[in-house]
Amino acid sequence: MEQIIANGLYLGAQYALIALGLTLIFSLMNVLNFAHGQMFVFGGFVTYTVVAKAGLPFVVGLLASAVILAAMGAVAEVFLFRPVIKRSKRDESTMLLAAGVAFFLDAVILLVFGEKQRGVPKILNGVFNWDMRIIMPYDRILIGFLAVALIVAFIAFMQYSRTGRAMRALAQDRMAAQLMGVDVDRYSMIGFALGAMLAGLVGGLLVAVTGINLGMGGPTSVKAFMMIMIGGAGVISGAIAGGFILGMMESVGLTLLSAYGDITYLVIFASLMVFLAFRPQGLMGKPWG
Amino acid sequence: MKTSKKLGLALFLLAVFVLVPVMIAATGRKDLYYTLTSVALLSIGSAGVWLTFYIGRINIGQGAYALMGGYVSAILMTQAGFSFWATLPLGGLFCALISVGIGVPILRLRGVYFAMVTLVLTEVARLTALALPVTNGAKGITSIPLPGALSIGGVTLIPDFATMANPKLAFYLLAVTMMVASYAVLWRIVNSRLGHLCRSLQQNEELAASIGVNTAYLRVLVYAISSFFGGISGVVFVAISQSIYPSSFVVTDSVNFMLYCFVGGLSYVAGPMVGTLLLYFGWDLLTVAKDYQMLIYSSAMIALMLVLPNGVLSLLDRIGGKK
Repeated sequence: MEQIIANGLYLGAQYALIALGLTLIFSLMNVLNFAHGQMFVFGGFVTYTVVAKAGLPFVVGLLASAVILAAMGAVAEVFLFRPVIKRSKRDESTMLLAAGVAFFLDAVILLVFGEKQRGVPKILNGVFNWDMRIIMPYDRILIGFLAVALIVAFIAFMQYSRTGRAMRALAQDRMAAQLMGVDVDRYSMIGFALGAMLAGLVGGLLVAVTGINLGMGGPTSVKAFMMIMIGGAGVISGAIAGGFILGMMESVGLTLLSAYGDITYLVIFASLMVFLAFRPQGLMGKPWG
Repeated sequence: MKTSKKLGLALFLLAVFVLVPVMIAATGRKDLYYTLTSVALLSIGSAGVWLTFYIGRINIGQGAYALMGGYVSAILMTQAGFSFWATLPLGGLFCALISVGIGVPILRLRGVYFAMVTLVLTEVARLTALALPVTNGAKGITSIPLPGALSIGGVTLIPDFATMANPKLAFYLLAVTMMVASYAVLWRIVNSRLGHLCRSLQQNEELAASIGVNTAYLRVLVYAISSFFGGISGVVFVAISQSIYPSSFVVTDSVNFMLYCFVGGLSYVAGPMVGTLLLYFGWDLLTVAKDYQMLIYSSAMIALMLVLPNGVLSLLDRIGGKK
């Protein structure tokens, strides 16, 4: 039992971080970022290149992932999403663009990093063992705590910094924020960069534990969508709750349902559909997004 | 205007039914049959997606219905001995029925919520196909017989596909006929009272409801029609490949169905057809680029979005506007 909870918390911390980036981009620009999973994979490969190929410390790899992905997010916002949002008749058009970016990143990852599964050498050796009740390698514990620290840092940033306040205003009401003198274009760009950066950071963290491969992008996006549906799209607390709930469900499901074959995700999906039938806006979302 | 439209339609029918087979016979590029058949079938599926766009819902779940239709047909043919021609409507109707059950709760969702749920639906369909005993799990159902003869009252309308000299041509003609019929239905829906009601839903659902439009009924109806299209396209796909696996239609296919609509243009009935032709055919042509295929394809898609955010067919509006 303790083991299941520990696994769930570890998974949940990573998931919440992925969902945070997605929900931030959604709340600011009303864009459903299909490329989020690919950004996550890209971040993982950047860390891999820096750490395993160039032999630099893991922290440098993480920083490189963060910087490169943030730059990628900013470029995507300024040169792709902004012009399309301004000129398109329906705001759903950005979905095509996001899907195009997802395909594009997949192609770039394939060409630059190849299709092999990649990982970096263990950053910490040893296994934590509490009386055979919780067994967890130290590197997983470290990654879990790093993820939690990043979540806390992100919330603090959104809550107390000037930029964070501007972005929250933007998410609440774009027009009103603009009238209050918030530079909408600038903060949209920063928000997109920040969201992409979070995806890249999780990729960098995960490459140290489970490794990363090209095929992980799409499924990660689907999982991230589920998390923000559970919690409510565009709500930061919702994304965190969704991430932890999904992590916990996965951990419990894999243990309890393993006797019935590979049906954990089927059960999770089905219960999500039932849940949404009763509460369409998720746990904490505002009705109709 | 009226005659020019009729002329265009006649030209289009002539092109797909006569010119394409003649050209293929003349050039000997038989492989194009498969590509064009796929285009025709995929455009039936995207016609359904387009219809859900028409009531203001982003549908990324068409792959689920294509998979469902395919499985219904495959199971009925291999285990219950049904003829292909019977499973064609049955597969579609089954999807329509299921979509009513799924649609009643999820059609209350809007915007990205609906989009995300339908995306999840595709995954549900795939996982269900893996888990159910009747679908034979990951091994799928293989060696499904080709469509048999269709005869009504002793008159053979369509001969047995297995005895034909060129079943590829037969499949092409079948797919194209279905495509033309589907788009005729689509056009009829858009230009009817139902179409007007759909447009009112697309613009403002509350307002439509307040003047007495039965929005709940309408959106379920439209979703059912849309899923029917998805189902029949899946049935024919299975008949062509003679096999079906849980991975026959995955999330990528669902996303593609949606992209075809976007690329063609969401405000034109022919939009999904044009979009499917451009994207699928373009992808096929780009195989010569090998490793760079995906890169060029996605760059072209992004560029297209930047230049024509309202779809390729919005070019027609521009030309019309200048006159």
